[in-house]
Amino acid sequence: MTLRPDLAIIADTVAAGSRILDVGCGDGALMAVLRDAKGVDARGLEIAAGNVAAAVSRGLSVIQGDADTDLAAYPDASFDYAILSQTLQTAKRPDVVLDHLLRIGRRAFVSFPNFGHWRVRASLLWGGRMPVTRLLPESWYDTPNIHHVTIDDFRAFLSDRGITVEGAWFLSGDRRTSSAAANFRAEHAVFLLRS
Amino acid sequence: MTSTDQRYGLARTLTLKGPLRLDGGVLLSPVDIAYETYGTLDEEGGNAILICHALTGDQHVASDHPVTGKPGWWTRMVGPGKPIDPARHFIVCANVLGSCMGSSGPASINPATGRPWGMAFPVITIRDMVRAQAMLLDHLGIGTLEAVVGGSMGGMQALSWPATFPDRVRAVVVIASTARHTAQNIAFHEVGRQAVMADPKWRGGDYYGGRDEPASPPAAGLAVARMAAHITYLSEAGLTEKFGRKLQARDAKTFGFDADFQIESYLRHQGIAFVDRFDANSYLYITRAMDYFDLAEEHGGRLAHAFRASRARFCLVSFDTDWLYPTAESRAIVHALNAAGAPVSFVELSSPFGHDAFLLEAPELNRVVDGFLRAGE
Repeated sequence: MTLRPDLAIIADTVAAGSRILDVGCGDGALMAVLRDAKGVDARGLEIAAGNVAAAVSRGLSVIQGDADTDLAAYPDASFDYAILSQTLQTAKRPDVVLDHLLRIGRRAFVSFPNFGHWRVRASLLWGGRMPVTRLLPESWYDTPNIHHVTIDDFRAFLSDRGITVEGAWFLSGDRRTSSAAANFRAEHAVFLLRS
Repeated sequence: MTSTDQRYGLARTLTLKGPLRLDGGVLLSPVDIAYETYGTLDEEGGNAILICHALTGDQHVASDHPVTGKPGWWTRMVGPGKPIDPARHFIVCANVLGSCMGSSGPASINPATGRPWGMAFPVITIRDMVRAQAMLLDHLGIGTLEAVVGGSMGGMQALSWPATFPDRVRAVVVIASTARHTAQNIAFHEVGRQAVMADPKWRGGDYYGGRDEPASPPAAGLAVARMAAHITYLSEAGLTEKFGRKLQARDAKTFGFDADFQIESYLRHQGIAFVDRFDANSYLYITRAMDYFDLAEEHGGRLAHAFRASRARFCLVSFDTDWLYPTAESRAIVHALNAAGAPVSFVELSSPFGHDAFLLEAPELNRVVDGFLRAGE
């Protein structure tokens, strides 16, 4: 099975045999790969019932819940990695969700679509309309992405909070782009964080 | 295991000398357990699934009911090609302690008097039911269960299994259930019990008759209890969709107290049909056991502690229109299991049918249970 590029980066980096919590795990694609290829003890949290049913029916431990309300129930440092892929921008309080991730996991992976990508900027600058792109396909009124964030916003946030960056990957389509121009050129970012 | 082994099959009854020490402090002896098994226990005895029934359920999970002639109560979940399949699993379902389908209960004979126990039967708990089930498993040669599965009160037993016998169960499925009865749950049960007790025929539980006297049970009281309880099993939207304000076989209101409305007629029918197959005293004892249930209280007030010694996997399912044991109750269990580090899955499914949804056609439920069980096989 082919994983989404950001998930493939996470799957490559997670240590074999570790314990992970995948927050917003969808149908469990990443969890299944980690379990099958690396013997990872994977748990998931997912908001959509259909996705939860799909994940459970492939033998994964997934609970239906909301990152904004259900992370508080997990004990401190109970996972090696807490993973938040493509979910940060949908949280009501992304900062609180990140605090929980770094509390629950010894490390946290966070991936999100970059609102600073040149195509997004061009769309707003030249079109004067809220951008609708491949990674942000919804219109302004029905988008679940309620906290748009750029890579530089996120870097500033991490620096303000004193959060350590152990790794960062930037993607344009399926290709890596450099860190220096990431805020302009990357559609997508993956960070590995430690509190 | 040979198919001629008399321990296995339909309509079995086991009498154990006991005694069984009950939570209430009483020693119960003898202990009758009526049960059924489906499928074949494998060489290692590792494919056994225990199914726990709800308040008014019984051991006939996938066989015709001897009184009503109706198919088993969970043929949608249990049977060939179903998630719990006799081709793969050795399936055990036992009538709970305190009930009236062959297991020891208030209608059983009290050996001290030679007459039915009536209200002299000791008050039992959910955990007592589970202990009796464990005695049955000993008899059947089952050490560790592949899974214990239950909905509603069956879910309470399923939750009690890893808490009481942590080494004897590898997976736990809890559907439309709760870890404790709330004040509202107790309140509805108390209405039912008072309806039974207010029936003059109840006579302090002594209505079974004898040599010179025919049995004369408090049918009217039990029917009312069932009617009230039945409302809690359905959703308001479901009732509106099915009955609305439709009149029963008439064009206009009668300005009287006949069952003018279809919902009245339906509830009366539910009440009357129930008393033919259920003992009023059993209804008192089992509702009491449910009201006493508070799994956290049994473990120092922290639900997570109930699961500390368990290594089982858990799967919980709730239904969005179930207001008897709403999703929040399942979530509380999930949070406790997370705190205990247990592998747990949980999903709230959508259904218009309220609490009863777990007994009805629910493809998503089957998909979840099937996937969860197969992951452990």
